[in-house]
Amino acid sequence: MSEKKLMTLSMGPQHPATHGVLRVILELDGEVIEKAIPVIGHLHRGVEKLGEDRTYIQNIVFSDRLDYTSAMNNNLAYALACEKLFGIEVPERAKVIRVIMAELSRIAAHLIWLATHALDIGAMSLYFYCFREREKILDMWEMVSGQRLTPSYIRIGGLLNDVTDDFVSALKKFVDEFDFHIDEYHTVLTKNPIWIGRTKGVGYISAEDAINWGLTGPVLRGSGVKFDFRKATPYSGYENYEFDIPVGSKGDNYDRYLVRMEELRQSNRILKQAINMLPKGPIKAEVPFIVFPDKEKVLNNIESLIMQFKLASGGFTVPKGEVYASVENAKGEFGYYIVSDGTSKPYRMRIKSSCFINLSALPFIIKGAMIADIVAVIGSIDIVLGEIDR
Amino acid sequence: MGIESHLGIVTTKLDFLVNWSRKNSLWPMTFGLACCALEMMVAASARHDLARFGAEVFRGSPRQSDLLIVPGTLTKKMLPYVLRLYNQMPEPKWVIAYGACACTGGIFNTYNVVQGVDKYIPVDVYVAGCPPKPEALVQAIVMLRKKIEKETLKDRV
Amino acid sequence: MMREKIKEIIIERFKDQVSFDDNAKDMLTLELKNKDMLIKFMEFIKENEELAFNLISDITAIDYQYRNPRFVMVYHIFSIKNSERIRIKLPVGEGESVQSVTSIWKGAEWLEREVYDMFGISFEGHPDLRRILMNEDFKYHPLRKDFPLQGIEES
Repeated sequence: MSEKKLMTLSMGPQHPATHGVLRVILELDGEVIEKAIPVIGHLHRGVEKLGEDRTYIQNIVFSDRLDYTSAMNNNLAYALACEKLFGIEVPERAKVIRVIMAELSRIAAHLIWLATHALDIGAMSLYFYCFREREKILDMWEMVSGQRLTPSYIRIGGLLNDVTDDFVSALKKFVDEFDFHIDEYHTVLTKNPIWIGRTKGVGYISAEDAINWGLTGPVLRGSGVKFDFRKATPYSGYENYEFDIPVGSKGDNYDRYLVRMEELRQSNRILKQAINMLPKGPIKAEVPFIVFPDKEKVLNNIESLIMQFKLASGGFTVPKGEVYASVENAKGEFGYYIVSDGTSKPYRMRIKSSCFINLSALPFIIKGAMIADIVAVIGSIDIVLGEIDR
Repeated sequence: MGIESHLGIVTTKLDFLVNWSRKNSLWPMTFGLACCALEMMVAASARHDLARFGAEVFRGSPRQSDLLIVPGTLTKKMLPYVLRLYNQMPEPKWVIAYGACACTGGIFNTYNVVQGVDKYIPVDVYVAGCPPKPEALVQAIVMLRKKIEKETLKDRV
Repeated sequence: MMREKIKEIIIERFKDQVSFDDNAKDMLTLELKNKDMLIKFMEFIKENEELAFNLISDITAIDYQYRNPRFVMVYHIFSIKNSERIRIKLPVGEGESVQSVTSIWKGAEWLEREVYDMFGISFEGHPDLRRILMNEDFKYHPLRKDFPLQGIEES
């Protein structure tokens, strides 16, 4: 009897549907996938080792470039870790604005997910709709920080600068129109027979397997586990907002799609509450030797000028210790583990990325499926190579 | 001497015609490495429309494209693939280095990052920024078109 | 307090084989004294119904270059039932290997591969131990403190 010969196909690092430089080595028996081996590391930039060579303030810019689809959430994780380590308490207005920025990041990341996932499966018109909405969010970010994609707006001890009235009115306009746009996306895809045929029953993972593999985020919630880090371990004032956690039941691509669409609606709900809750007050904690002083004081006062110079050039010395802080990113749990040895640079800066663990379950999920499904499953797990490779 | 001996006026008109057709149908390849790829995708969508310059389709295969935009950080692990893709593109071909990481390595001066894509392949236009705005990519394409206008047939045989 | 209760349950079972670090403010932190008890300890905290630490959060290592033992493995584990975290540290010397926890949490597979790639600590019982981020033939381990930031020029 001849043994089965498998064909090896390399879905290379340059591919329109791998969302970056991901390589998957497929072993096929006809059209059925026997084995799928992801090969990563093509975007490994050495951010963890760079973190040991830069001061705490300089490390903020690297955090944007990790999950580059939703930059402010990463800033928030780093700022939370450092504030826990130094023992800084952030004022109320800064906490509310941080929640606004985190939810806008989540919406921006889900819009990219929807655009590229639909584009891979063939629905190209949604790509233009989603990028139209994302442009409004990027314009808002440009208003407050000057940068569209990588703002580095959330800093240790507070924010970079205050939001203007233009920002608040643009945000109100966005929030009022966004529910209608979500319904628009639903009419295109949710009851479309082609979409249902390509996503229902594909990419199944059960709840116990999802927990055993360490998956977090919408991948875990699509399998039926009602869990969200914003409710379980709240940070930055999330306990004051009312929102639901959408949960799927069947653990396939279609349920993950519905979970993320409902998360868009819940993020909009949080934004509406945050706009009404915005208190007046300072946006930076008054902690000398760690947080930069206000710009007006720096330009008029010699002590503030000296403090600004010392902080920007040499950094500051911090208490020894270690800390771990994480946020619920659009993709799952994103966390920083920082070990400090008392100098102005971290001794070890470890970045915990959810996409890294979510992608490791791909060979388990895709075994036995057809080759056309791998593109749909990679899109449904929603990976960003900047976060995986660091 | 050579091809221009008695036919000077014919070859300049031919140059003009060939360059006009090349600059108005630049087809880029889908090649996205890192964060700058998102701004490249935005430049191709409805607000800053790259299709009006002739970049109507982003071809997946290098054999059918003539413009390589390198957005994002080039690492040493990815380098053999980029060189192979560049060699598979047929002449005439152009390269735009989009973003600080493609120009000089950017903020990442580490063990796995190539400090500039021009150490290995020739670059025509450099776009600085981290990431540069999509309008900068549109300006880069306009500059590339002006550069193509000045080429002669002898440059790219 | 949930943290106190978890501490009591662990002390009752493992007595003096673990030592708690009371300086850590963000989560319960403990250090295992002996490498061989790793699998027994991890199985206990996962299977015990009151502790239920079932979600593997992170596995990493720290290089203390001039100490002996040189490395410290750090495991962060989360309990969905109690919403509590725990940090477990394990000192490992240079050239020594650690038992792999992939039989307990499958998600540890790629995390341990990354520790092997970056630090050079090998894991016994791992199904597929090879480099993950660097090239297969890369000779060094980048996150060790004696590896320079800009890399080593290889001709």
